[in-house]
Amino acid sequence: MSTIAESPTTATPPVLELRGITKRFPGVLANDNIDLTLEAGEIHALLGENGAGKTTLMNVLYGLYEPSEGEIWVRGQRAGIREPNDAIDLGIGMVHQHFMLIPPLTVTENVMLGIEETRAGGFLDRERAAQRVREISEQYGLEVDPEAYIRDLSVGVQQRVEIIKVLYRDADILILDEPTAVLTPQEVEELFDVIDSLIEQGISIIFITHKLKEVMAVADRITVLRNGRVVGTTIPEETTEQSLATMMVGREVSLVAEKSPARGGEPVLAVENLHVLGDQGSPAVQGVSFEVRAGEILGVAGVQGNGQTELVEAVTGLRKSVAGRVTILDRDVTDSSPRAILELGVGHIPENRTRDGLVLSYPVVNNLVLNTYYKQPFAHGIRLNEKEMTSHASKLVKEFDVRTPSVWVEAANLSGGNQQKVIVAREFSRPISLLIAAQPTRGLDVGSIEYIHGRILEKRDEDSGVLLVSSELDEIMALADRIAVMYRGRIVDVLPAEATTREEVGLLMAGIRPEEGMS
Amino acid sequence: MSQASTADQVPPPAPSSAAPERDWAATLQTVLLPLLAIFTALVIGAIVIVVSDPEVLRLYRGFFDAPGEALRASAASVTRAYGALMAGSIGSPGEVVRGFATWGQTGDGAALVTSLAPLSESLVATVPLIFASLAVALGFRCGLFNIGAEGQLLIGALASVWVGYAVTGLPWIIHMPLAVLAGALAGAIWAAIPGYLKARTGAHEVITTIMMNWIAIRLVDWLINGPMERPGAAAKTREILATSYLPQFSSDPRVRFHAGFFLALAAAAFVYWFLFKTTWGFEIRTVGASPDAAEYSGMNISRNFVVAMGLSGALAGLAGTAQVLGVTHFLAAGFSPGFGFDSIALALLGKSHPAGVVLAALLFGTLRAGATKMQSLAQIPVDIIAILQALIIMFVAAPAMIRWIYRIGAERAVGEQVFTRGWGAS
Repeated sequence: MSTIAESPTTATPPVLELRGITKRFPGVLANDNIDLTLEAGEIHALLGENGAGKTTLMNVLYGLYEPSEGEIWVRGQRAGIREPNDAIDLGIGMVHQHFMLIPPLTVTENVMLGIEETRAGGFLDRERAAQRVREISEQYGLEVDPEAYIRDLSVGVQQRVEIIKVLYRDADILILDEPTAVLTPQEVEELFDVIDSLIEQGISIIFITHKLKEVMAVADRITVLRNGRVVGTTIPEETTEQSLATMMVGREVSLVAEKSPARGGEPVLAVENLHVLGDQGSPAVQGVSFEVRAGEILGVAGVQGNGQTELVEAVTGLRKSVAGRVTILDRDVTDSSPRAILELGVGHIPENRTRDGLVLSYPVVNNLVLNTYYKQPFAHGIRLNEKEMTSHASKLVKEFDVRTPSVWVEAANLSGGNQQKVIVAREFSRPISLLIAAQPTRGLDVGSIEYIHGRILEKRDEDSGVLLVSSELDEIMALADRIAVMYRGRIVDVLPAEATTREEVGLLMAGIRPEEGMS
Repeated sequence: MSQASTADQVPPPAPSSAAPERDWAATLQTVLLPLLAIFTALVIGAIVIVVSDPEVLRLYRGFFDAPGEALRASAASVTRAYGALMAGSIGSPGEVVRGFATWGQTGDGAALVTSLAPLSESLVATVPLIFASLAVALGFRCGLFNIGAEGQLLIGALASVWVGYAVTGLPWIIHMPLAVLAGALAGAIWAAIPGYLKARTGAHEVITTIMMNWIAIRLVDWLINGPMERPGAAAKTREILATSYLPQFSSDPRVRFHAGFFLALAAAAFVYWFLFKTTWGFEIRTVGASPDAAEYSGMNISRNFVVAMGLSGALAGLAGTAQVLGVTHFLAAGFSPGFGFDSIALALLGKSHPAGVVLAALLFGTLRAGATKMQSLAQIPVDIIAILQALIIMFVAAPAMIRWIYRIGAERAVGEQVFTRGWGAS
């Protein structure tokens, strides 16, 4: 199995070669004649927007889909991959974006699941498995304790367990599907170290992502997909983020939002000493205070799960607080109903767009009036005015460039970017003086991000106050006028955006104070 | 995508009749699949009929000596059974035509009435089913599983009967509507209790409605054997006054068809209008489709639970009301043969859509009415009908089976049906 060339030489055949892969779904050409080669010991980044066909291509490679046309060659031999087991037998392993681990089991138990080592009599041989996990962990510098329970591990370590699972099955071709989506900036750095060590040990890696910075930082070669086709293959030394973005999107994209200085008027939102409990009843927000003024964007930076979700829910009336005060436009709205708060002129782009922001089974028309359906002109008394709703929807779809064949298409059938645009259109079409945007561009592609950032800045320039909550440091740096860093339920610092650096905020997000150490 | 360009230049708002641009294949499938389910159920039912006929089974033992005979007997047995089912539920179209002819020529309506009796019975059996399954369907739309339709219809019947015999001296034009309203209101209150409990305490409506069913059943038992017992008779209430009757259309006791049927159709139309054309219905459907999104949008979920349960209970109550005011004219033990429970299956069968629910209720009402005839004419046990009903529900609930049997391609999974790909790409 491990007779693969120790060092990448051009003489050996590529470890993996996709030739002319085409995958058709009814009405959709997901992959169109794609060629891709992976040399031994190489990190090959597969870059593309959502829906560009990256995941379909990897699912073909992993045996989850059968290609309509094309061939897969592994180490110079034609491979017939009909199911994931075939791929695993060929040494191909995949680490999915969403982990497939069982929290109450240990690392070893999770790793051995499906190929359990047994002793005579069919008893599990945990010791032998644990020994191998330890060896793999040491060999690749993964630093994972085989006896630890998954539920006690951080997301970054859980990801390394997923990598061990694949290595345990003797894979030497690793597919990482959007591996950084769930990681903090520090964890991303650690992952890159792990990747380096894997490469040193002769593993070859396909790295799927839509983040340009990472590609430039880690890849040996970059292949860009757009609309199911290969647009080009390049190496980081010969390209720039800007030109990669252009390749991905097919037109010029501005990566940095143009921004004028904030005007900063009267406070529209004031939060004083707010305490909120999380789902499990433990304190999630512990004494948070801040202000958002008209015409400014306050960015709340923080790693997911440090109380931002609960904070936003408490401010928008979706969660009761245990102490403290929320004032919007000089009205005390602590624990008011969501409707009372919305009616004050608050727009809310929720963190979970498919669960809270949209009714997926509703057509676009209904989603666009989700919180105004009971008002003129959409309703007369209790009667809905479908005509008004339809023309309203047609207008917004055009104005906000929602790509949909019709306003009657169900929200579930739109791409993530277009779903988000439906929400933005709905919230921005109401008169609002405070916008609360939680993770507004999570999982969106470059083009959508550019658009939504532009719209948020526009709202600010119309003198709305904006509370932007994001775990994407880039987003906070690009948009915020002031940056509040949230860590373990507290706001550890509020910094003026122009006088702070990415690194400084990144450290604060990890709970480290640059000058004084831990607070 | 060529479609995208049409969306860019949206013409002036489509008229309100603007049916969503739907996939024709999908529409065809929604109609085709239930029909195939019914057909498949009838085929399997035929097999059951054959194997439950001892005479035919005896012929099969000698199958290889005389295969033709066994097959002929099977065919005859099935034809006899389904023929009797038809005759019992729909009647003979020829006789109806002849009946009309006689009536037209001689003015003698007796033949016509006789010929229409089976159809009338089917419609009579359908009425409570329509009401009760509308009740369950409305609950489903709000994400509520109202298993309490049975109890609610008993309470509705109870209230209507009481108003029917205890309130005297009113003209029909007031008394009948009053009795109807009483039934709806009583059902609404009975169902609003679980709705309120859910909104207030989170008590699951499946549990509470089942409990309420038992309370209703025992309450009715006690009342009809105690305070409301008809003097000189056991386990039934007094007859309601004629001023509270839902009008019937024939004096012939074989034709019990009554105005409740039109009331049921009106209720279906109302439910459609309410669910799809009003803000209240919009809220109820939103709460049902996505409670999180409903809450985010500022809808009051608790209130919607109470409103939806109340309305659902009113409809279920009317099922009982229509039955006492239109058919039995009193309330007795064993009043409902399980309308409330059948209605759960019917709401599913009708995909919780008022039109679908009416069709499903018609189908089951027809089967139920025909079953009696099938038993008496063809000596086929009524249980065959229960088997047929179960098979139909099973096949409708598991469309994958029907797709597999008839090799119908699967619907495209909703999540994968992405119309727009990429951004700014042509």
